[in-house]
Amino acid sequence: MTAAKTYRRSGNDRMRTVRRFFRTMFSRRIVIFGFVGTMFFVLVALFAPLIAHQDPNALTMAGRLRSGSAEHWFGTDYIGRDLFARVVYGTRVSLLTGVISVLMAAFVGVFLGMCAAYFGGIVDKLLLGYCETFNSIPGIALCLTLVSMFGGGMLNMALILCFMGIPGFLRMMRASSLSIMNSDYILAERLQGQSKLKIMYKHILPNAISPIIVMSTQMIGATVMMESGLSFLGVGISIPMASWGSIISEARPYLLTNPSYVMIPCICLALLIISLNILGDGIRDALDPALRGES
Amino acid sequence: MIRYIGKRIAQTVIVMLLVSFITFLLVSVMPKDPVYSLFGSDVTPDEYEVLYKRLGLDQPILVRYGKWLADILRGDLGTSYAYRMPVGEVVGKKIGVTMYMSIVSTLISFPLGMLFGVITAVKRGKWQDNVFTFLANIMGSIPGFVIAIVVLWVFCVQLKWLPSSGFAFPWEDFGTHIRTIIMPMFCLVLGGVAGVTRQTRSSMLEAIRQDYVRTARSKGLKENYIINKHVLRNGLVPIITLIGGRLAMMIGGSVFIENVFSIPGMGALMVNSVNKVDVPVIQVCVLLTAGCISLSYLFTDFLYLAVDPRISLQ
Repeated sequence: MTAAKTYRRSGNDRMRTVRRFFRTMFSRRIVIFGFVGTMFFVLVALFAPLIAHQDPNALTMAGRLRSGSAEHWFGTDYIGRDLFARVVYGTRVSLLTGVISVLMAAFVGVFLGMCAAYFGGIVDKLLLGYCETFNSIPGIALCLTLVSMFGGGMLNMALILCFMGIPGFLRMMRASSLSIMNSDYILAERLQGQSKLKIMYKHILPNAISPIIVMSTQMIGATVMMESGLSFLGVGISIPMASWGSIISEARPYLLTNPSYVMIPCICLALLIISLNILGDGIRDALDPALRGES
Repeated sequence: MIRYIGKRIAQTVIVMLLVSFITFLLVSVMPKDPVYSLFGSDVTPDEYEVLYKRLGLDQPILVRYGKWLADILRGDLGTSYAYRMPVGEVVGKKIGVTMYMSIVSTLISFPLGMLFGVITAVKRGKWQDNVFTFLANIMGSIPGFVIAIVVLWVFCVQLKWLPSSGFAFPWEDFGTHIRTIIMPMFCLVLGGVAGVTRQTRSSMLEAIRQDYVRTARSKGLKENYIINKHVLRNGLVPIITLIGGRLAMMIGGSVFIENVFSIPGMGALMVNSVNKVDVPVIQVCVLLTAGCISLSYLFTDFLYLAVDPRISLQ
């Protein structure tokens, strides 16, 4: 029995840590904006059917390209669907794709990164080679190629974006595992005859996880951006489903006649990514005080 | 030194080979029949057999890969399905436009971004820092195509100052060039400046924290002197990475901007080829972008060696 194993944090202690985390996180006022913005979009995504009464894919009686009215708040789109409902449901698609793909990428990346650090040798070389190779193909070109192979759609998009995110997590996890493995308390554990596998998940995983959390929160914004970009180019989320990127791309020809149709999804997208990034910076500040105010 | 350079070049070649193999593999399992794509869909079954053999599709994938690679190295990039002409010609027309755009935008955005980065770092916590950092963060968070659409709306739809699309090289038609280039260039530069500002600021702050800066201050040196001689020299080294990254994005980086302003560059070509499943063009595009990235990493590493004497060859 080691000291680290028998030590349990009391509930009080944990509460204090959580409170300190939130206090540092919100010490910059702007983070509150990021938090509120993100929560707003998350709630909209969760309760989409309650917020938007119209079916996002059904044609309405109002006709096409109408501007906002009491019935249709944002007006109707180019074939007469309710734009408000489409934007609200689009929140779901954009957020869900981003969150799911980052979570999957973090999970797989952490696992592979630990494998690389644990086995070393040929496994390490192979995994690093994989990272290097995929870093040499630019994200957008790789995405385009993969989408053209497997087709668009939400699940495919999430998988493809996940695939793109893995190398980053893998490298980070490998580096922090290796550096923790060299520290004295790991040496002490090993001298006591603790198995390497147990050390990996009891000590290295918990200690290396905070940069991974920071990276995930910052990746979500980037992934939402990528997804909307691909949908904007017409190769991402497939047609009947509404993603903000695809709404913008449908709306673009009407910029001259009906600017609010284009601007509303644009503003939503910008607000969501800005809030996500600000919140990510806040979480980074709280988890890693040394970096505070660096960017 | 020479051994290191040799090793790095060998590494780059290996990565390029891997990338080319992966591209070939990925694209060759795509559900598109090359025979019908190249010769039209009215090929009879008998002709199909002959053409299938002539294209070498009956051979194992490694053999085909070897042949494809040999062709590429000899300069024969294949035939585009969509345009029915050599890929080299198709790509050649577009690549100049994209490279011109990205080189000019890099030349503008780096000095500006470094200037803002230095200002925000030196005036840390003052209003200049708050304003520029806030703007850079916001600009870095808005997708390029959203900025492009807003710019298009303001200058083309509302003010009617500039044409919405088109492109001409300055040596072809200077007036058209200026009028068509302003908006896309503005968007590219805005994105670039935001990134460079953030990076410069954080690496400058890192340098300001160092012990030698404290020593210089306690010696009573003037603040300007410290910034110029100690902080700038060390703080700007990481910017090299950013230049490398920027060069790496030379071909793929302006897809969205090209799309919004209908500029006939590589980005538009890539999106079109993906939509039309134009396999040979996709392969060459990915290879070119990958080559660009590998070369710029190589260039970055060598530049580091030249600039920073502290970096050892290990």
